[in-house]
Amino acid sequence: MTSQDNMPMTRAEKRQAKRIKRFDNPWMNPKLIWGAALLLGIIAMGVIGRFVWDPDLVFTGSSMLRLPPVGFENLRGQAGTMANPLGTDGGGRDLLALIIIGAPNTLFVGLLASLIGMSIGIFLGFSAGFLGGRTDDVIRVSADVMITIPPLLILVVFQSAFGDVSLTMMALLIAGFVWQSPTRLIRAQVLSMKQSGYVQMAQLSGASTSHIMFREMMPNLVPYLFGSFIASVTTSIVTAVGLEVLGLGPQRIPTLGRTIYEAINAGALIQNLWWWWGIPTLLLAIIFIGLLLINLGLDEVSNPRLRKLS
Amino acid sequence: MGRIPRAYLINRLTTLILTILIAATIIWIIPRLSPVDPAEIALGRMAAGAGSVANSEEILAQLRANMGIDEPLIVQYFRYMSGALVFDFGLSTAAFPTPVSTLILNALPWTLGLMILSLIITFVIGNLLGALMVWDRSPKLVRVAIPAAMVFTSIPPILSGLLLMWIFAAKLQWFPLTGAYSIFVEPGWTWEFVQSVLYHGFLPALSIVVVTFGFWALGMRGLMIGVQGEDYVKLAEAKGLRPRYILYRYMIRNAILPQITAFALKIGLLIAGQVLVERIFAYNGMGKLLYDAILNQDFPVIQGVSFVIILITALSVFLVDLVYPFIDPRIRHEVA
Repeated sequence: MTSQDNMPMTRAEKRQAKRIKRFDNPWMNPKLIWGAALLLGIIAMGVIGRFVWDPDLVFTGSSMLRLPPVGFENLRGQAGTMANPLGTDGGGRDLLALIIIGAPNTLFVGLLASLIGMSIGIFLGFSAGFLGGRTDDVIRVSADVMITIPPLLILVVFQSAFGDVSLTMMALLIAGFVWQSPTRLIRAQVLSMKQSGYVQMAQLSGASTSHIMFREMMPNLVPYLFGSFIASVTTSIVTAVGLEVLGLGPQRIPTLGRTIYEAINAGALIQNLWWWWGIPTLLLAIIFIGLLLINLGLDEVSNPRLRKLS
Repeated sequence: MGRIPRAYLINRLTTLILTILIAATIIWIIPRLSPVDPAEIALGRMAAGAGSVANSEEILAQLRANMGIDEPLIVQYFRYMSGALVFDFGLSTAAFPTPVSTLILNALPWTLGLMILSLIITFVIGNLLGALMVWDRSPKLVRVAIPAAMVFTSIPPILSGLLLMWIFAAKLQWFPLTGAYSIFVEPGWTWEFVQSVLYHGFLPALSIVVVTFGFWALGMRGLMIGVQGEDYVKLAEAKGLRPRYILYRYMIRNAILPQITAFALKIGLLIAGQVLVERIFAYNGMGKLLYDAILNQDFPVIQGVSFVIILITALSVFLVDLVYPFIDPRIRHEVA
C-alpha cells in the first residue's frame, strides 16, 4: 500500500482500473471477443439452421418467385409471408435457406484455404529462416515472386478453363496463393529471433533445434501466426467471392457470392429486389467485419502499445 | 540520398522478370490441362448460330490450325511467350478478327484512370484520418467517429459498390447505373465528354474509396503511435512549434514512409477488387472485358487481361521498391 492508494479515485480512474483488471489477459480484449462472436454466430446459424429450417428450400422452384421479406411488398403487390421470412430469389429459392447453407460454405472455403496456406507458410518460413543458404534463397525468391501475382486472375483463367469446380477444389486452388505472406512473415521473425538474447541463451545452454523452434520461438510467434491466419482467411474469402461474382465459383452449391451474381444478372438492382442481393451482401459484410475485429484484437495482443488507446 | 546498389537492383530485376515469366507460364499451362477444347467451343458457337454444321471434322481441324493448337506443345509455348512479351495474345475468338491487344488497349486507360484517381483520394484521406486518430489535439469526434467508420473498411469494394449503386443510382437516380460515359456523348476531348466521364466514374471510384481508406488509416495509426514518442517530436514541442506544424512536418512526414511499401503489397488486391467493381458497374475497363470474355469462353482475351494486370502489379511493386530509398534516406537497400 502506497500513499497514492489512499487517495480517492475518480470514477473514470475506477472504470479504467476495472477494465485493466478485466482485460489483463490481452487475449480477452473486447474486439477479439466481438469478432469471434460474429463468426461463431454465422457458423451457429448454419448448424442450427439446418435443423430448424427446411434446407430443401434452397432448390430452384421450391417456393414462389421474388417474394419480399416479411413486412415488405414487392412490385407485384405481394406481401412477404412467414413461409419465406427473408423472401425468395428469381428462381424461387428461399433466401433464409440460401444463407443457412451458403454462409458456412463461404467461411469453409476461407478457413480451409488459409489452414493449408498457413501450414505451408509455417513450414517454408521456418525452413528458410533456420536453414539459410540455398534453401532460403529458393523459398524467399518464390515467395517474393508469388506475392505479386493477384490470385483472382490466375484462378479466373483456371476456372474458366475447367468449368465447374467443387468448394474443396476452390479452397485448394486459393491455398496456392495465401502461403506467401505467412512465409515471409515467419522467415523475418525467425531471423530476428535468432539474434535475440533468449534464443542465443537457449543455444548456449545446449537446447536442441526442435526445442528452440517449438518451445522458445513458437510461443512468441503465436499472435503473429493468428494475425496472419486471419488476414489470409480474409484474402481467401475475398478471392472466392470475387470468383463467384464473376460466375466462376461452384455452379450447383449455394454460396453467397453466387447468389449476388445471379441477382446482378437478373437485374435485381433496377427491379428493387433488394433482399435478393442485399441479404447475402449483409452476411458477407458481417463475416468481414468479424474478421477485421479479430485482426484488430490480435494487433493489441502482439503490440501492447495499442492497448492503452482503445 | 543513396544510390541503388547494383546487387539490390539485380535482385529486384530478377524477381520482376521471374514473376512475369512464371505468371505467363501458369496462364499458358492451365488451359492446356483442361479437358475443354477451345476449337469445339468455337464449333459449338457456330452450330448454335447455324442450326447444324456439315464437315465438322474438317472445320475442327481448320479451327485448331487457326488457333495454333495443332502444333507440338513446346512450339506453342515459345510462340505464346514471345508473343506475350510484345503484348501479342492473338485474336479474340468471340469478337473474331479483333486482336486481343486492341481490346486491351481500349480498356486499359479506363482501368488505370479509375485506379489512379481512387488511389490518390484514398491515400490522402486514409493517411490523414489515421494520423488524426493518434494526434492528441484532434477533436473528440474524430477520435470516436473514425474507428466506427473503420468497420466498413474490411468489406470488399464489390459489396460497397452494390450498396452505393442501389442507393444513388437505382433509388435516388442521382448517378447513372452503368457505363463509363453517356451513350449520347461523342467520345473526344470535349467538355461534355469529360463531364460525362467524371459523372459516370463517381460511383465506381467512391465504392473503392469508402472501403480502402481504412487500410491506410489503420496502418498510419500504428506508425503514428511509433513516431509519437520520438525525441525529435519532443524537441519540436519543447521548441514551442505550433502543434499543427509538428503534426504535418514532423510526425506525418516521418510516419508516412512505410505506407508506401504497404501500397506495393496491396496493389494486387486493389486491382483485383477494382476488376469486380468494373464488372458490376459495367464500366468500360479491364473488368468488363474480362467478364465478357469469361461469358464467351474467349481464352485469348482472358489470358491477355490476366497477364496485363499481373504485369501492372509486378511493375508497380518493382518501382516502389526502387523509388523507396530516394523518398526515405534512412532506408538502405539490404542486399539479401
